[in-house]
Amino acid sequence: MSFWTRHQVFEKNSIILIVGILLVIAIGGLVEITPLFYLKSTIEKVDGVRPYTPLELAGRNVYVREGCYLCHSQMIRPLRDEVERYGHFSLAAESMFDHPFQWGSKRTGPDLARVGAKYSDDWHVTHLTNPRAIVPQSVMPGYPFLSQSEVDPDTIADHMRTLRTVGVPYTDDQIASAGADMKAQADPENAGTDAFNKRYAKAVVRNFDGKAGSPTEMDALIAYLQMLGTLVDFKIYNEKANLR
Amino acid sequence: MSQPSISKSMTIGESGLAVVFAVTAFLCVIASAKALDAPFAFHAALSAAASLAAVFVIINRYLDRPAALPPQEINGRPNYNMGPIKFSSFMAVFWGIAGFLVGLIIASQLAWPALNFDLPWTSFGRLRPLHTSAVIFAFGGNVLIATSFYVVQKSCRARLAGELAPWFVVVGYNFFILIAGTGYLLGVTQSKEYAEPEWYADLWLTIVWVVYLLVFLATVIKRKEPHIFVANWFYLAFIVTIAVLHLGNNPALPVSVFGSKSYVAWGGIQDAMFQWWYGHNAVGFFLTAGFLAIMYYFIPKRAERPIYSYRLSIIHFWALIFLYIWAGPHHLHYTALPDWTQTLGMTFSIMLWMPSWGGMINGLMTLSGAWDKLRTDPVLRMLVVSVAFYGMSTFEGPMMSIKVVNSLSHYTDWTIGHVHSGALGWVGFVSFGALYCLVPWAWNRKELYSLKLVNWHFWIATLGIVLYISAMWVSGILQGLMWRAYTSLGFLEYSFIETVEAMHPFYIIRAAGGALFLIGALIMAYNLWMTVRVGEAEVQMPVALQPAE
Repeated sequence: MSFWTRHQVFEKNSIILIVGILLVIAIGGLVEITPLFYLKSTIEKVDGVRPYTPLELAGRNVYVREGCYLCHSQMIRPLRDEVERYGHFSLAAESMFDHPFQWGSKRTGPDLARVGAKYSDDWHVTHLTNPRAIVPQSVMPGYPFLSQSEVDPDTIADHMRTLRTVGVPYTDDQIASAGADMKAQADPENAGTDAFNKRYAKAVVRNFDGKAGSPTEMDALIAYLQMLGTLVDFKIYNEKANLR
Repeated sequence: MSQPSISKSMTIGESGLAVVFAVTAFLCVIASAKALDAPFAFHAALSAAASLAAVFVIINRYLDRPAALPPQEINGRPNYNMGPIKFSSFMAVFWGIAGFLVGLIIASQLAWPALNFDLPWTSFGRLRPLHTSAVIFAFGGNVLIATSFYVVQKSCRARLAGELAPWFVVVGYNFFILIAGTGYLLGVTQSKEYAEPEWYADLWLTIVWVVYLLVFLATVIKRKEPHIFVANWFYLAFIVTIAVLHLGNNPALPVSVFGSKSYVAWGGIQDAMFQWWYGHNAVGFFLTAGFLAIMYYFIPKRAERPIYSYRLSIIHFWALIFLYIWAGPHHLHYTALPDWTQTLGMTFSIMLWMPSWGGMINGLMTLSGAWDKLRTDPVLRMLVVSVAFYGMSTFEGPMMSIKVVNSLSHYTDWTIGHVHSGALGWVGFVSFGALYCLVPWAWNRKELYSLKLVNWHFWIATLGIVLYISAMWVSGILQGLMWRAYTSLGFLEYSFIETVEAMHPFYIIRAAGGALFLIGALIMAYNLWMTVRVGEAEVQMPVALQPAE
């Protein structure tokens, strides 16, 4: 019986055909994806990476909502020009708490993986409100409405609890004080800032949008942008320890 | 067949579905009242209204229909079910035009950013997913559902399985599109490219998709032909694999069942890998396998020639679906994804060139002995040119998956150009060709209203594609080279914004190309509308295609 005759078993039985399809398409995915969950070399051991603060998380949700990832990558490749333009190439560990990841696929605008601390808060407020006020050739949309809506300190704990369920190591303490921490991070006068700083290493407390009152989406987004890429200290990062 | 003595009663499907929708309507009203955010409240209210409408339509349909269900055969011929096909064809044209229009708007926004109007719901970041979903899932998806329901009936010589089920699929799928699309505008997205809809839309799609699989499979099972026709293998692979991809990429935990926001189970590197395993195979199985099924039915049918090689189609089928699934990591070259995964992805992407061209050869060579028809039949020309674009894209793709090439092309407009040579040239043209065939067949018309208009559509759209992809090639390669350009002193030569500025003329050319493509589609819509409105009815039903042995 030739191969072509044998193949008729698929041509004449729809269920066998479906089982065949399922087996054939399963192989590639299983081989490529499953090892990423258990191979230890997949994610480097790095000091400094922590989950997002409540305000940063709210800012990240604004970033997701507005589709920023469609024009800005957060993944610096180990190529000479990229490392010189944006900084140290991105490590897997730096996005390990990202649900979902924001590596992006297109750079209509520049990479943002290490945009944190590159520009002042004022720069960001002006630029987000009207990009062409600072960069005349920019094609980025303006986001003046971010200053008008406040972020919600009451529900952010639910978000952190959900993230903990999917694997982000938020502590009970961090979740219990989420709302207070959110307000504290955007207000240097706030009595809770010391406690906040203990809960989140290297988190920056500032009035990001420069306006009094409850934290806005502008505060949150800038808090997120200003921390991007700042968690790992590359002066002490030992690349050789993670050779794979 | 007719038995007038039969007493009229609701089928299990009718009564069951009416009850399910009534309960759904009730639950959606509660969800809307307790909603934590405005978009969720809106979507729940929309779902409640749609569920109530469904209950009304099901009962009304029952009251209007004769006691006996439609017969499976009339005078020894299968009694084909064309209603859901007509609906999906209509929606395909509607969403196609909407999707091309949004594409033109966002292309113009990149050339003239003032068009963002600095409002949340008109900014590029929200409109871009609307464009991609509208063209891929709304336009492409409706074309796939319409053609698959047609092809499976004709090639199996059997009426579509179920009476309400096919309607549930076509209407339910379009309702998913409505939820997804309005969600993007309101800022509801999980930010996974081509899988942006949030958890509740994903759940609904899962239900619709399973019913789609069951309707298709049940029709195949009751076929009158011993062999399952080649096109149906591709449709089956498309339906089954999309289900697997959808479930693999989207497991998410909602923050609250009364809110739209959820967090996906995967994080960081694993999420990236899942995403592009999904993303590339949305291309491989939605935009390729499904449309190859169209190629395998509509080209032989229109050219009135058998498929060039049956054996080649067997190899084409298995090789394509086996290799495609590995190709995802080429979207993540030089990222934090481990090297071994990237290398595997690249290797399989290059190998993928072979089955892709095997399929192209099979489609093109089907024309042997009928090449002269390209001069007289613009519909066939559209179908054949689509296969040529398929060949071009499937050469370009493997080339771009080579790491050194990718280091230049990735993150630039070259990717956008590549996608659109496939999307406009291959998927667009094969869909237009299929619609030009399908609408006269489904509405029982002798021929299209005007072949001359098809010719106009073909040339205007082709010119649009050429403008689009050549502009993106130049801007992509230019930008990639500018990013890595150094001065003689060893400094980066260009700031980022200088590379943005350099893109401006190409963005205008691209928008012009998109506008031409849209104009072509409007001509098609008019032509199809007139075909249905004033076309002469066909007397004889066309004979079903014989499968090759």
